[in-house]
Amino acid sequence: MDNRLKIQHLLWRAGFGPKHINSFQLKNSTVKETLNNIFSATQKPVKKFNVAKNLVAEYFSNESNLEYINKKAKQNRGEINSIKMQMRQASKEDLKTLNNLWVNEMINSDDQLREKMSLFWHGHFACRLPAGYYQQELLNIIRQNALGNFGDLLIAVSKSPAMLSFLNNDKNRKKSPNENFAREVMELFTMGRGHYSETDVKEAARAFTGWSVNPLLEFDVREFLHDNGEKKFLGHTGNLSGDDVLNILLQQKQTAKFITEKIYRYFVNEKINDERIKFLSEKFYNSNYNISGLMMEIFSSEWFYDQENIGVKIKSPVELIAGIRRMMPLTPRSESAQIIFQKILGQVLFFPPNVAGWPGGTNWIDSSTLMARLQVPRVWAGKEILKLIPKGDDDVDMGKEERRKVNKGDVKRAGDSEIEWDKVYAIFEKVNREDLADAISSSFLQVPLSFSKDILNKYTDSQSRQNFISSSIIQIMSTPEYQVC
Amino acid sequence: MLFKRREFLQTSAMATTSMLLPKFLKSLNNTGSLVPKGNKVLVVVQFSGGNDGLNTIIPVRNDIYFRERPSIGIKKSDALSLTDDASIHPSLPYFKTLHDEGCLSIMNSVGYPEPDRSHFRSMDIWQSASRSDQYLSDGWLGRFLDNVCHDCDNPTQALEIDDILSLALKGKDRKGIAFKDPRNLFNGSNVRYFKDLSHDHDHSNETVEYLYKTLADTLSSAEYIYDKSRIYSSNVSYPSTDLGRKFKTISSLILSDINTKVYYVSLGSFDTHVGQPQKQANLFTQLNDAVKSFTADLKNAGRFDDVLLMTFSEFGRRVKQNASNGTDHGSGNNMFFISGGLKKKGLLNELPDLSDLDKGDLKYKVDFKNVYATVLNKWLNANDKNILGGSFNLLDFI
Repeated sequence: MDNRLKIQHLLWRAGFGPKHINSFQLKNSTVKETLNNIFSATQKPVKKFNVAKNLVAEYFSNESNLEYINKKAKQNRGEINSIKMQMRQASKEDLKTLNNLWVNEMINSDDQLREKMSLFWHGHFACRLPAGYYQQELLNIIRQNALGNFGDLLIAVSKSPAMLSFLNNDKNRKKSPNENFAREVMELFTMGRGHYSETDVKEAARAFTGWSVNPLLEFDVREFLHDNGEKKFLGHTGNLSGDDVLNILLQQKQTAKFITEKIYRYFVNEKINDERIKFLSEKFYNSNYNISGLMMEIFSSEWFYDQENIGVKIKSPVELIAGIRRMMPLTPRSESAQIIFQKILGQVLFFPPNVAGWPGGTNWIDSSTLMARLQVPRVWAGKEILKLIPKGDDDVDMGKEERRKVNKGDVKRAGDSEIEWDKVYAIFEKVNREDLADAISSSFLQVPLSFSKDILNKYTDSQSRQNFISSSIIQIMSTPEYQVC
Repeated sequence: MLFKRREFLQTSAMATTSMLLPKFLKSLNNTGSLVPKGNKVLVVVQFSGGNDGLNTIIPVRNDIYFRERPSIGIKKSDALSLTDDASIHPSLPYFKTLHDEGCLSIMNSVGYPEPDRSHFRSMDIWQSASRSDQYLSDGWLGRFLDNVCHDCDNPTQALEIDDILSLALKGKDRKGIAFKDPRNLFNGSNVRYFKDLSHDHDHSNETVEYLYKTLADTLSSAEYIYDKSRIYSSNVSYPSTDLGRKFKTISSLILSDINTKVYYVSLGSFDTHVGQPQKQANLFTQLNDAVKSFTADLKNAGRFDDVLLMTFSEFGRRVKQNASNGTDHGSGNNMFFISGGLKKKGLLNELPDLSDLDKGDLKYKVDFKNVYATVLNKWLNANDKNILGGSFNLLDFI
């Protein structure tokens, strides 16, 4: 098999595809070298996003004594509520900014695997909450731990104010337990359905009673709401705490299996290979949930590069967008308008459909999203104006009509961008004119073009070499073939 | 999820022939005859944002209502009377006419257990027909498609008049088609290229094949819909609102011989936290006028008995108004059913009990899944148990 294809396969799965500057040298490189580059980039320190402000913490800036703060918070409830309202109102803009910052990391960061893995966890620990600060902190936890230890990640996410409030654990009290959080931790975050009983859910919910958020918007166990009675959970008995429950869940081999299977579906193939899952999940479990180790095992195995695993995944909208922009360097004139593409294609960062995350695969595709996908490259290239209006989001719009109108303006501006074609032409500088079409399609596609080159020629501009390159790229990206990696 | 190669070739072959047919031949094909009576069609109107049901069907003799809504409550003298106790919003005069003609029925207190007050999640629950602790990635009308349309020539059994397809119309294997104007999809600037691609391709990769199948289906459906939309020209004038245009498209298709059974359209936002009276009245005026033209069109063509228009919203609103002349998210709501073929007319059940609330919100009395089961079984003649994944008692309004 073509070496370039294998390297591109790795770059697409461990990241967001090849980047224009490196793309031509790929054929002179090796898989091993690429793999080393990917993993050495993960050693760099991770910069936290710091866009949304915790105005409540600023309000208490001089205090550190929680008891005092709690008292003051009660006394000045009105004032604090209005600060919280201010934070809520800033959320819409904060989430847009965070969205763009993160997409820019996906496009530009060398630490591709971290961003890809974070996108995976962002869907695994799905949290749909229009609260900018909470979402930012959750994303920081995810990016920090994306390649570390799954146990650390699980515990940090479970203690994040974002998840606790999204799954209503702030309403989980000794006197009236709310099972939502406990149920999803087991069903979606660790073991999956069918490996525990309803009693286990009830008992786990009791262990999580009192897990909540303090006035500084940090994790807090409110002891007076916590149930200190004896609980029976997955064969363990005692006065179990929320931490105990999470640790017991991590002791279950099923948790390692569930996570490994999901990672395999996401990074390798939606079709599961039981033997490989068994092998990988045992290694994952025995490594005490070392995520980076598991990923290295996958990407360095021979079967990962088997033909049956190449070009069989439908890119998610965010992968598609980031992938295009890695090869076609462009500066959008309106950053916020970029989010329109996510809306139209059906994946808006920070807005997963529900706690189960984006279902993925063929769920990305219907007649409207497919036609929109085929339109995106032309819209960016200024050859077409986007006419599709995304649906409103009432949780964000809060009934304010003016917010919807902004939407329409964004649609018009969505494709308004400057493309640095020179950088793209440079990729193909050394290619003969008659080999250009093949060179372009093999750089951009993970599957062979399934139609004849005559058709491509019919729709490309051959007036000059440069026009030919740019129009071929746009037409090649506007195909079903480009939707897979 | 996957389809057989043979089936795919048939579809694309069909697309090819229809695309190559000269215009005059196609129109000859299509003008055969209008659909005979008895071919049932469902039109779903989604009120996005949580419509305030209590100010839609107003309990005009209920003291609690006026006590909880001192400034936004609608007085008996302003509302349009349906019964002694119930009146309808003043911006829905045509709905009153329909009611008096026996072509409107209203189900009160529809909802589901453990209601969710987030717009998106609650809409998800209504569209997927899931329980509130269940997450489905397909919708009830999409599963209807899976059920009735595994070998359809044109996958146009369910259409949404919008740019983006809602979850409600996404099935496991089949998905509805969304479009605002059939011409747009048909006339897209790169469509020739896509047509060429979908004719001339050959591949072994299942995923790519799936995408090409969707592409071919979309192009052939777009052409099919566009052709059908031009058969019937209505002499009824529609309001020049977004909703008016959408209803005009729907009626032009219903009155053609298209194979569509379900149309889906949204109106909103009904999220009236602030200044509710004006906002709700505006939206209702759009609804009233569009439905009036639509009904006139259907009546003229003798098809009103065959069409059921059903409205819903993801939740109702709190009984007590807030400090901004609005209402906040609640639960329990009413649904409208409009048709010439209703078996039960007017109010189908009691008005909500305002003295028996759940933390300030209406308690639901009818699970919306009973309504869906009824519509699927009795109107669309489909297997409701299969589609809804359980058995729900059927109601008797149709």
